[in-house]
Amino acid sequence: MKKGLLFIHAAALVILAFSPVDAAEKVIKMSTTTSTENSGLLDVLLPELEKDTGIKIKVFAKGTGAAIRDGTDGNVDIIFVHAKAREDKFVADGYGAYRLGVMHNDFVIVGPAADPAAIKGKKDATRALRMIAGKEAPFVSRGDDSGTHTKEQALWKASGIPLTTTSTEIVSKGKKKKLSFVYPGGLGKWYFSIGQGMGKTLTYAEEKQAYALTDRGTYLNYKFGREQGLDLDILCEGDSLLFNPYGIIPVNPKKYPHVKFDLADQFAKWLVSPRIQAMIARYQIQGHQAFYPDAVSDAK
Amino acid sequence: MEFLLDSLFSALLLLWSIDPELVEIVSVSLKVSSSSTIIASIVGVPAGLLIAFREFPGKRLLITTLNTLLALPTVVVGLFVYAFISRRGILGVLDLLYTQKAMIIGQVILIIPIITVFTISAISRIDERYRKTAMTLGADALQTAWVIIREARFAIVAAVIAAFGRVIAEVGISMMLGGNAKGFTRNMTTAMALEYDKGEFVLSVALGIVLLTVSFGLNIFFNYIQGRARV
Repeated sequence: MKKGLLFIHAAALVILAFSPVDAAEKVIKMSTTTSTENSGLLDVLLPELEKDTGIKIKVFAKGTGAAIRDGTDGNVDIIFVHAKAREDKFVADGYGAYRLGVMHNDFVIVGPAADPAAIKGKKDATRALRMIAGKEAPFVSRGDDSGTHTKEQALWKASGIPLTTTSTEIVSKGKKKKLSFVYPGGLGKWYFSIGQGMGKTLTYAEEKQAYALTDRGTYLNYKFGREQGLDLDILCEGDSLLFNPYGIIPVNPKKYPHVKFDLADQFAKWLVSPRIQAMIARYQIQGHQAFYPDAVSDAK
Repeated sequence: MEFLLDSLFSALLLLWSIDPELVEIVSVSLKVSSSSTIIASIVGVPAGLLIAFREFPGKRLLITTLNTLLALPTVVVGLFVYAFISRRGILGVLDLLYTQKAMIIGQVILIIPIITVFTISAISRIDERYRKTAMTLGADALQTAWVIIREARFAIVAAVIAAFGRVIAEVGISMMLGGNAKGFTRNMTTAMALEYDKGEFVLSVALGIVLLTVSFGLNIFFNYIQGRARV
């Protein structure tokens, strides 16, 4: 008798564990970048979304490359990333239904207070990078194919420093494909490409007292949001080249009929509505405005 | 799913073309993991012998503790070492964090319990009759110990091989203490984790296949040595 009861309990537990409890609920999956998640903005927006529309979002934070890959594989319903050229390609290739510009923040170059390359106060980001490379001062790179890494590579290219390209050949869809990696030299000596997220890159740079390119939001959180603030300062900021736009892209239902396009579409439109745009503008990290809304010009 | 087949071809291509980046990554893995295995063996094998041969109060507790440490998560080792060698730690001045030395320190801590525990069990599996026979033939304590070690040597080598397998395949310590810096502390497992993060699954699995190929080669080598030792 007892055994039978136990069995029923166990069976009930198993059924409970596998039953789609959220089948009736409105839940969508979103892949986004670690910087979006780390900024804390989603913690403010998502509860508001649920209140307004009843939509719940499961967030998977990773590098932009992996987030786009999730969309390309149809693993999520929507992606929220910052690498404009690659986002446009994602839509052009038919994986994304459309792209809406949501907001932007900016990148800054941070470094130790000692500032061995003397870049403090320089507005020109490419010049700052030239000075860092000239001094062979330690520089930590994301090196993870993320939006920030993409931006950093573009800046190195724009700086005019001779760059080294290494490539690895792999097979993709039966064809040979080259994966290239661009860097300004001194690999492992002064240029550290660590292949990790923004937070790790900042703590790594602090540890090595090195320069790094970071989004402002993550930096502010690490500098002022922790008990023991990051021992790095903003040394170069304000260059228009350091602009960092975020886009939201629902996965195309024509490519993947199983995605919840209606809900994803509703979320994307909600995100660019005037009220939410204003909310994004009001969002602060440690007393500083972190994001600038792009969809509504007069949202202040 | 087709990426699995692509990965196999990519692995062959990487190996065939002796991709310079791959060589770099593999050599970091081999250098770090063999250093840590050698150091851990120098500590772990004698420690295991000592514990196996001696009777002392708290021996069972010590062995139980060592057995527990077999389940030591790499992240815990990583954090523990990190606390000491980070710039804010007491050993911060040595500037060890994010170097190959730091990876070796972490890996040594990870596998000393493995080598010690398996050495203890290798010794205790040896038939009591060997000990008695040696002693009746007039061997002193040291000679008796030597007879038993000779009998247990295959199992001890197996312990070292298992420990090497653990460190060459671990990712937590390498990532936290090595920092995955390309051309410096990036090894096979952190490279795989990175390629996964980038969404480059093909390269990630290809690296996994290369790792297994390298391990296979090493095991053939060990097997050869064991075989020769038997004669």
